[in-house]
Amino acid sequence: MTNPLSDHVELRPGAYADSVTLLQVSRAVQGLDGVLAAQVAMATALNLEVLTEMGFDIPTEATTNDMVVALRLSDADALVAALTGVDQALRDANRRPEGAGEIAPPRSTRSALRRTSEAVAVVSVPGPSALVEAMDAVDAGRDVMVFSDNVPLEQEVALKRAAAERGVLVMGPDCGTAVVGGLGLGFANVVSPGPVGIVAASGTGCQQLLALLDHAGVGVTSAYGVGGRDLSSEVRGASTREALRRLDEDASVELIVLISKPPAPEVAAEIEEYAAGLATPVEFALLGDGRPDLTAAAESVLRRLGRDVPAWPVVGSATAGTGAIRGLFVGGTLKSEAQLIAGTEGGHTFVDFGDDEYTSGRAHPMIDPSLRLEHLARAASDESTGVLLLDVVLGHGAEPDPAAQLAPALDGVGKPVVIAVVGTDGDPQGRDRQVAALVAAGAEVHLSNAGATRRALELIGALS
Amino acid sequence: VSTPASVVNVGADLLADAIADQATAVTRVDWRPPMTGTEDDLATVAADPLRRTANERALAAMLDVTATLVDVAPASELLGLEPGQFLHAGPPITWDRASGPLRGGLMAGAALEGLVDDPEDAAALFESGSNVSLEPCHHRSTVGPMAGVVTPSMWMFVLEDAATGRRTYCSLNEGLGKVLRYGAYGPEVLTRLRWMRDVLGPLLQRAVRARLDSAQDPVDVTGILTQMLQMGDEAHNRNRAGTLMLLRDLSPAMVTSGMDASDIAESLRFIGGNDHFFLNLAMPACKLALDAARGIEGSTMVVAMARNGTDFGIQVAGTGDEWFTGPAQLADGLFLGSYGPDDANPDIGDSAITETAGIGGFAMATAPAIVRLVGGSVPDALATTRRMHEITLGENPRWTVPVLEFQGTPTGIDVSMVCRTGILPQINTGMAGKVAGVGQVGAGLVTPPAEIFPQALSRLAALAASRARP
Repeated sequence: MTNPLSDHVELRPGAYADSVTLLQVSRAVQGLDGVLAAQVAMATALNLEVLTEMGFDIPTEATTNDMVVALRLSDADALVAALTGVDQALRDANRRPEGAGEIAPPRSTRSALRRTSEAVAVVSVPGPSALVEAMDAVDAGRDVMVFSDNVPLEQEVALKRAAAERGVLVMGPDCGTAVVGGLGLGFANVVSPGPVGIVAASGTGCQQLLALLDHAGVGVTSAYGVGGRDLSSEVRGASTREALRRLDEDASVELIVLISKPPAPEVAAEIEEYAAGLATPVEFALLGDGRPDLTAAAESVLRRLGRDVPAWPVVGSATAGTGAIRGLFVGGTLKSEAQLIAGTEGGHTFVDFGDDEYTSGRAHPMIDPSLRLEHLARAASDESTGVLLLDVVLGHGAEPDPAAQLAPALDGVGKPVVIAVVGTDGDPQGRDRQVAALVAAGAEVHLSNAGATRRALELIGALS
Repeated sequence: VSTPASVVNVGADLLADAIADQATAVTRVDWRPPMTGTEDDLATVAADPLRRTANERALAAMLDVTATLVDVAPASELLGLEPGQFLHAGPPITWDRASGPLRGGLMAGAALEGLVDDPEDAAALFESGSNVSLEPCHHRSTVGPMAGVVTPSMWMFVLEDAATGRRTYCSLNEGLGKVLRYGAYGPEVLTRLRWMRDVLGPLLQRAVRARLDSAQDPVDVTGILTQMLQMGDEAHNRNRAGTLMLLRDLSPAMVTSGMDASDIAESLRFIGGNDHFFLNLAMPACKLALDAARGIEGSTMVVAMARNGTDFGIQVAGTGDEWFTGPAQLADGLFLGSYGPDDANPDIGDSAITETAGIGGFAMATAPAIVRLVGGSVPDALATTRRMHEITLGENPRWTVPVLEFQGTPTGIDVSMVCRTGILPQINTGMAGKVAGVGQVGAGLVTPPAEIFPQALSRLAALAASRARP
């Protein structure tokens, strides 16, 4: 005899599915743990007869427009799981095959996220529309990288407030680089998984660290960009906190590195307090005047992990020059780092071609090198130029063969050229091939941007 | 940390390529700039902390409603409508701005109520404005197809949400051709309206009340809609299966009503021969559902789309009873007989409540039989329904489309999504002649004027901004 307590019968007025679908659903539910018998059917006379014969007690108010869910359970505690199973089976039965050719592409992030499961979103629409697309991801509970710049600060605050409520990680806005579980988003270098987790308010700063650690044989599973304003007093580290929390939860992460300009003082205190509460140690790599550079930060990370600090590779050899450094950069943080190291007192100049004033209406210089190449020719012919200092950033998203245009442009510049090539052996451009082409064109190539800058100073006799 | 199974890319294709190069699936959004000048308002509304849950509540409230047919009675009893009071379709309008078919319908209504003997004389009455007043159906929990004119003696369906007791109303459908709702007011129009008043209405009342008196369930209008959508009806321009199911449910009680057998036979013939009879139940069922979402602060869901032949208006859950209006558009479609585009009046009627609720043009994929009537093809119909999912908040789990693998109908038009995508709601519609008295001239497809969505968005943004201020 059946135990009446273990029978569950409910009517779902207005719910409808066809009989073939419901047969499939019933079968799926019968296969669940703790379910002895299951019948999900429209309450037609025929079905009610079947249910009655099965011994279910059907409410008399059932009409043909009702769906009956009848479950016989070995244990009444299995009910919640069984009902969840019914709902899942009903959803699965209605799942549509994906990829049919005639289906038009989604017109919004919201629509695209409905069509995919477990997706993260990458947003690079113009700044004034970025919040709206990113908020779709937050609404759907999905992580999002906002590559777009020019997002108003108050919108960043609102986006991250909503994200915090939903446990969503917002990378950005103006986030150029992220690695999520080994998948590179935006401009990202190919690195092996490993013990370091990165939280970066700077894209190229993150890339420099990835490249240096990779050279030292230390992998990174996840590097979360948070956007350059995340640690401002307005945003108060909303994404930094979530990123730290995620990395702390990842058992494979032994050390977390936080790369940023020095935060607003009150935010710094809050983040330090938050970091102190984590199980995983956090290394703060705060970049600025009188602080360690990115290479020093990488060395500190290696020492903390008990690894050897390698000699950072240098290929080629530039000759001495007379005059000032002309720094022509595609990476904002790399430019700032060089400027901090060299100063501007000797007439040195440093330009970031990724800055808003150069990118409005055109592609980033890591994608389109033409603007920097123009300035390169001009700087080379300038008598006051003592040494040309450049960066080349490799990885997914960057131009496929930067040396192909840069190397010919270096031929015959008549000035010493020092280049930091930020990349890994795994990058699609092939770091060795890029380095070889640039060295063949007369450049001296470093992996460390700080090293390249100091070498440039040395070449003009200005290294103190 | 798990590696993302796939990525949704919106913006630079190069970033999608970089993902694809890593052997990870990428869904590429076909993003285009939003409607001109809406970026700031879109951001304000997206950032409104009430929005997400407000829209979830609005959608759930709407989907939760089951409409049942609980009575049939004259508008004078149900709405307290008095002689000289006229309801009409669409947003508020005055006689001087009224289109031909609305004027024609009002003139027929005035004659039906005995305010004038000759409908032609009613024009002067409405011009003078004395002892007559015009009011939108929507302001009285009512919807009316085409001209949507309701007068005190007209019999109305009464739909009730069993859970809350809320009610909505709609007049009885007159059929196609020369009928009041298309602006005709000839003798045959008035003769039919009087027969509906004297015979059809009372008979339907007896049948509906007899079902209830005999402890049968009231007719489940929402349930019939569920089934008819699987039978090739989209419940706006095709209501054939729905009409026959209604007849199935009501005819036993009609036959045993005790009324004259020839009147019963005539009524059965009338209903069975009028493929649109069920439209006047589909519409108030949709309104009953949508009204459940009214007044939800922060919600960007459209709760009414309605046209008076001059203006197209929408109302939104988060903006109270305010109408956002623009000029009604001309439909694109097929014409009856020798009529052509020059004969058609701009879009008219409350029947776009069906699209607002996710059927009609939104469910075009389920009604391949009528795609030619409205000048389209079957692939167009499938694409239309899929396209409407781009501007809606969710899917209706009971109203499903077999040919789309039983996907639910696209439900809950989101003002923000319309502004973001520029995709306008697709409406299936009949076309009235632009001259009062002509009647129907065709059927086709129409959209709202685009500008009303940025208007509504702007209001939503202003309300969100005022809430955000301390």
